[in-house]
Amino acid sequence: MKVEIKGVRGSIPTTGADSSYYGGNTSCNVVSDEDWVIVLDAGSGLQKVVLPNKNIKRVDLLLTHLHLDHIQGLGYFGPLFDPSMEVHIWAPKSATQSLHSRLSRYLSPPLFPVLIRDLPAKVTLHDVENSSFEIGPFNIDSRYIIHPGPTVGYRITKEHAVLAYIPDHEPALGLKGLTSDKKWISGFDIVYEADLLLHDAQYTREEYQSRIGWGHSCMEDTLKFASLCGVKRLLLSHHDPGHDDTRLNEIFAAIRQRSDYSFPYELAREGMEIELP
Amino acid sequence: MPAYEIEIILNRQLADCLSMPVFITDTSGNLIFYNEPAERLLGTRFEESGEMKVDMWATMFKPLDEEGKPLAPEGLPLVMTLTDQLPHHRSFWIESMIGKAEKISVTSYPIIGRSGSFLGAVAIFWEAKDI
Repeated sequence: MKVEIKGVRGSIPTTGADSSYYGGNTSCNVVSDEDWVIVLDAGSGLQKVVLPNKNIKRVDLLLTHLHLDHIQGLGYFGPLFDPSMEVHIWAPKSATQSLHSRLSRYLSPPLFPVLIRDLPAKVTLHDVENSSFEIGPFNIDSRYIIHPGPTVGYRITKEHAVLAYIPDHEPALGLKGLTSDKKWISGFDIVYEADLLLHDAQYTREEYQSRIGWGHSCMEDTLKFASLCGVKRLLLSHHDPGHDDTRLNEIFAAIRQRSDYSFPYELAREGMEIELP
Repeated sequence: MPAYEIEIILNRQLADCLSMPVFITDTSGNLIFYNEPAERLLGTRFEESGEMKVDMWATMFKPLDEEGKPLAPEGLPLVMTLTDQLPHHRSFWIESMIGKAEKISVTSYPIIGRSGSFLGAVAIFWEAKDI
């Protein structure tokens, strides 16, 4: 299973030399194996996704939720404009509106000139809940997690390799922060002993204090969460748009000095490629 | 060991922040969480007792009507919610583990998740104002 990082920024894309090392595109990652391609979230990083070969006629887009920074790349995804392509879009179910209706808020005038029904590709929409399903060689599990609005995390398994993906998540929400009782940890089932966890780490501890309830984590909580879940490697992602490369390096260096975790962890960076065995 | 549904976890987080006693059960009535104000009524701490089976914690209260006669379980709000998955409210007397009779009102509501599934129930105890 190959994992490619295409977008690591939270909330809004950033541009410029000061964020060119970690990257400025919003959430998007590619998981592939042979001729199967899964795209995780459709942030602005989606514009950089190129299918590995021309024989691929199906792409699956797994959306964690429908906040703009996770769907804004949809209208610029080449396969949606190719009539020979089959594009499956999976996203968390709402109790009140269909996925088509919610996506159409963005993919329709005045925000976007092309309607979903006018896209040349064969588009199929799927609701996910606390679900388990298969895409080619991949087994996928989704679970609702703590973030405003319907939001899921994904656990993608191929044979013995496990990727856990929760880019927007606030598991420490509550009076006492993260509990060590695993039954009460949001996202635990998705993340448990994953080979690689890609997780929200938008804030510093100080920033988080004034943003409680916004649905995101500080780096310290994400490290503790990963440790409680027994992950083998962690990529901290969904970088705050206000943190340029220099600031991210400062924050991370301070965290490293204070933390002592046995698993490897680092800041996610656009262009990273990771092979899971 | 699967984690609880997110709707259950969020109810616990809310209960943790409230000053009224709150009890959270699974769909069978097993007590899976109670907050600090509820600890006073049960006479034990959640950290010590952990979860409790329904037949254990149900005997920790002795619900009584205005004349001091025992109330049947099926007339209690939480039991009704577990049965019909609807909210209920009632005022009555309880004799708690600390041996004191208290007038209380109980509001119970079902936890119906995003998928429409019944996941458990919550009972909130209030100081009675309407007996």
